Amino acid sequence: MIKRVFYLFATLLLLAGAPLPVSAADGFEQAIVQLTERSFRTKETAIVSIAESGDERALPLLKRLLDGDVRYLRYARTVVYAEKAEGGYRITEVLTGEELGIKDRREAKRVVINNALRSVLRRQIASLSLNSDAPALRLAAVREMSGGLDDETASALEARQQVESNATIREAIDTALALRDLESEDKALRLAAIERLHGSLEPVATLRLHDLAEGEASAEVKQAAQNALKAIAFNRDLSGFGETLFFGLSLGSVLVLAAIGLAITFGVMGVINMAHGELIMLGAYTTYVVQQLMPNHIGLSILVSIPAAFLISALAGIAIERGVIRHLYGRPLETLLATFGISLILQQTVRTIFSPLNRSVATPEFMSGALEINSALTLTYNRLYVFAFCLLVFAALLFILKKTPLGLQVRAVSQNRAMARAMGVRSEWVDALTFGLGSGVAGVAGVALSQLTNVGPNLGQAYIIDSFMVVVFGGVGNLWGTLVAGLSLGVANKVLEPWSGAVLAKILVLAFIILFIQKRPRGLFPQKGRAAEG
Amino acid sequence: MNLFQDTLSMPREVMRRDRVFDFMIPADNPRLDISHNTILYLEDVSVSFDGFKAINDLNLYIDAGELRCIIGPNGAGKTTMMDIITGKTRPDTGTVYFGQRIDLLTLSEPEIANQGIGRKFQKPTVFENQSVLCNLELSMAGDKRVWPTFTARLSGEQRDRIGEVLESIGLTTERDLRAGALSHGQKQWLEIGMLLMQNPKLLLVDEPVAGMTHQEMDRTAELLRSLAGERSVVVVEHDMDFVRSIANRVTVLHQGSVLAEGSMEQVQNDPRVVEVYLGGDAC
Amino acid sequence: MFLKQILAGDRGGQTLLALLAVITVLVPILNLAVPEGSPLHLSTYTLTLTGKYLTYALLAVAVDLVWGYLGILSLGHAAFFALGGYAMGMYLMRQIGDRGVYGNPDLPDFMVFLDWQELPWFWYGFDQFWFAALMVMLVPGLVAFAFGWFAFRSRVTGVYLSIITQALTYALMLAFFRNEMGFGGNNGLTDFKEILGFNLQADTTRVALFVASAVALGLGYVACRAIVTSRLGRVSLAIRDAEARTRFIGYRVEHVKLAIFTFSAVLAGIAGALYVPQVGIINPGEFSPLNSIELVIWVAVGGRATLYGAVVGAILVNYAKTTFTGIMPEAWLFALGGLFVVVTLFLPRGVTGLLRRKEASA
Repeated sequence: MIKRVFYLFATLLLLAGAPLPVSAADGFEQAIVQLTERSFRTKETAIVSIAESGDERALPLLKRLLDGDVRYLRYARTVVYAEKAEGGYRITEVLTGEELGIKDRREAKRVVINNALRSVLRRQIASLSLNSDAPALRLAAVREMSGGLDDETASALEARQQVESNATIREAIDTALALRDLESEDKALRLAAIERLHGSLEPVATLRLHDLAEGEASAEVKQAAQNALKAIAFNRDLSGFGETLFFGLSLGSVLVLAAIGLAITFGVMGVINMAHGELIMLGAYTTYVVQQLMPNHIGLSILVSIPAAFLISALAGIAIERGVIRHLYGRPLETLLATFGISLILQQTVRTIFSPLNRSVATPEFMSGALEINSALTLTYNRLYVFAFCLLVFAALLFILKKTPLGLQVRAVSQNRAMARAMGVRSEWVDALTFGLGSGVAGVAGVALSQLTNVGPNLGQAYIIDSFMVVVFGGVGNLWGTLVAGLSLGVANKVLEPWSGAVLAKILVLAFIILFIQKRPRGLFPQKGRAAEG
Repeated sequence: MNLFQDTLSMPREVMRRDRVFDFMIPADNPRLDISHNTILYLEDVSVSFDGFKAINDLNLYIDAGELRCIIGPNGAGKTTMMDIITGKTRPDTGTVYFGQRIDLLTLSEPEIANQGIGRKFQKPTVFENQSVLCNLELSMAGDKRVWPTFTARLSGEQRDRIGEVLESIGLTTERDLRAGALSHGQKQWLEIGMLLMQNPKLLLVDEPVAGMTHQEMDRTAELLRSLAGERSVVVVEHDMDFVRSIANRVTVLHQGSVLAEGSMEQVQNDPRVVEVYLGGDAC
Repeated sequence: MFLKQILAGDRGGQTLLALLAVITVLVPILNLAVPEGSPLHLSTYTLTLTGKYLTYALLAVAVDLVWGYLGILSLGHAAFFALGGYAMGMYLMRQIGDRGVYGNPDLPDFMVFLDWQELPWFWYGFDQFWFAALMVMLVPGLVAFAFGWFAFRSRVTGVYLSIITQALTYALMLAFFRNEMGFGGNNGLTDFKEILGFNLQADTTRVALFVASAVALGLGYVACRAIVTSRLGRVSLAIRDAEARTRFIGYRVEHVKLAIFTFSAVLAGIAGALYVPQVGIINPGEFSPLNSIELVIWVAVGGRATLYGAVVGAILVNYAKTTFTGIMPEAWLFALGGLFVVVTLFLPRGVTGLLRRKEASA
């Protein structure tokens, strides 16, 4: 019984509710027509009813109105968007989105607005965006209002704060309100506001607090403002440190990516491959080519590039191993020279095919932008992704070497070639595969690098010495050593940079490693045991 | 952490009040003093690699002029012991003295060599790209600093000495041959010859007859026997027949320490030695 | 007597020294005495080019001494070459005096440009030729000594050593690229006017520099040959082939390496000092790791551990480079890269090794 009443009620509600959108749309349409009136007061009512109509076309309309892009056709009184074009304006009907061709400025008259209307518009736009579904829009709206709140916007913010679920936005609203309270006559309110701004990293907050700390009459408030400023300075330092750490780790992850393939070919196999940098470069160019092949799917192209770059660099690596290095086992210095020659050939090949100029690889949408921790510390997504990717590659390699049959054979061959061969391991085959693996990883590193720098024929050269340093510093033949060495060198570089400048930082790090190798020739994590003595 | 302490300890070490800098120490090394008739002392020496104790509390004394054979199963620590004596490996604990006064643990490899300890490696290592004559000339005792080496010329006396050694290792006809072209056994002899040129007080010989024919073996035995007396010779060897043919005293190493010592017969009848060599299961 | 002794059995060296003697006499005549129109006239361009090759050859001999005979593959010898070059370049800069673009008698142009007020202390003394000449040998020597002191004592060998020598030259390159270093930054030192009061553009000066290069190469060759034929040379071969063994027969391997490495660096520095006035510029690009590694291949092409092979290789490769970069510049890197591979794979004894084998079989 009760159920039935409920249904009935619901139906009634629905019936009553159904026309609502219609009427909203009607309200929107009617209000739009009012924009063509000459009276500013009429326009103001129109703007308010447009804003309150709940129509999704309202926000863009108001924004473009503010920009002065809204016109109406003189006779039909149709409100249109106008875009400057040759011979007048290219106009689009607001209601239907229909293109109406090009009209000159006498036919398409401007909807004139004055300053009073502009502020009405701004307020309406703000409160509209404040209630929008997209958090980024809401945050932007709060930021825009912040620092210049009147009673009306303040109450809009307060209202929003009650229902806001996003913590960042709530905080931003809080800051905005506190900033308003700083101006208040009431001392207690000002003190409370200072308390709320304690340690806030908003530049506006620092500015206002600074004003207070200088010019405030009340000593108590002055003191509080100074304390708050100190906390801000501390927080800023903390963020600065966080930023340095982030950049350091990011550089470190690049170094690890560049070096980890080398850790396999040089560390595990003992083959010194000076063309390693060029294998990285090949990977980067593969990314570029894949992106050229599928220009409309940038995001997908990156994902496709990873296996593609791995394959191409791995094949190149295997070719180098089979063609040259194989004949030079046991002659490391000759291997060094021959592979250096190969690196020259690869560079010149790329220069001939793609021109010596740098190519830029587009960054897919999901990797652009930044993660904002607070207003002083933002982490760009591409660097975050590269860092995560570096860890992933590292984990994968560790897994391959420790847990798969190939890894077992690789380790066997690297420890005792003759014995492994006697046990039925095809050492030649293992050599080729290991070298392919290391080279493939270099290619994958190239994909990551293409997201951070331009792709050019000299890309590899820039990393080869650094990569060797990382491997040697970490201890040859030790993947964990490579990870630790790469990350710590990256951080060291970035920590030194603000103090000594980028170039000097690099020189200092190089000099440090040179001294370090002399002190501990086997790196941070040396391989132990009698086998390593030889 | 370790690294951190290392870096800290370095200045601390340098600034120590009682520190005597190396260059302040008088250069004349104590002469070899064998007044107690013992040329080499190894006492309480231990060394471990990666937790594996290669040498464990080893005590070994070599008499002046003695020919000592050291035997022991694989991994008994024979080669490691030689590494310690010649300065290649530093022990974790223990003392190593050459004669009464020379502390070998403070010297580098060339210094030890110049004090009069010569070593022949398990795998024959001669300078393959140079003639037999050059090999001997290089190892000749003398001033081995850079400038004297640069200006050095062979004197007649030295030529005679080389001739003698060539004679005793039986390579007179091969003197101008490239050392790399020698047979395996000849290389072993050449290496012994190089040891002789150094005129050492103590000779360490690691597996001198590995890969030799019986005839070559006999000649080597003869050579080694003739060397003892004037100098002390320590031979590490696997081949029991060979050991029996040369040694009057034998030391058995096992798991890094001395298991038994005595004449060949005594050692062979020692039940512990038998067990080690034949394995516990066999009994 | 001495020469006869050290050149005994070294037919390549004998030929080389004889050739050098001939050209030191002939070239000045062909350039200065033979009139320009004559087919026998040697142009100043060719003369300078050949002079440049001779300094390269001296550098290659220095590399062969450490690589061929000591087994140290130095990938940083271009750094010593460049250091010597910079020392000479600094002297030549001071010789410009007030004839620079800014006409400042106290400061080189680039310092005026950078708004420096006074000469940095490390430029003191470079007004004097003898001081510069001393620095040409001292600076590379000291750098090599300090570097070698650390490296050899901690027994860094083989590939590791090669890589840290490469890092050394790389670090130096980065340092010299900085304007703050006071060595002209990116542009290096150039616009030289005269040396010891003689106009650098004059043919006679060019000829004198050429002769100086030839003489330096000859002396350097003889010095290296003297080392190689001495017992020290045999010790260094012993170190190359069996380092541990050498130690056990009582040689201080570190000291031998240090001495020869430092000597070789000094030779490289002299070569650099002769190179700079002939080409008229020295910039940080000379430190580039590519240069160091390229000069190793000169030695490999000529045949290592022969000394005269290094001379042959340096001249051959550089002649090829000049020719190639003239007709088809893109192909040069292909050719150079290919040379690296071919020589290491198929010509381990280099060109001179090939000749020697032919001679032996004939």
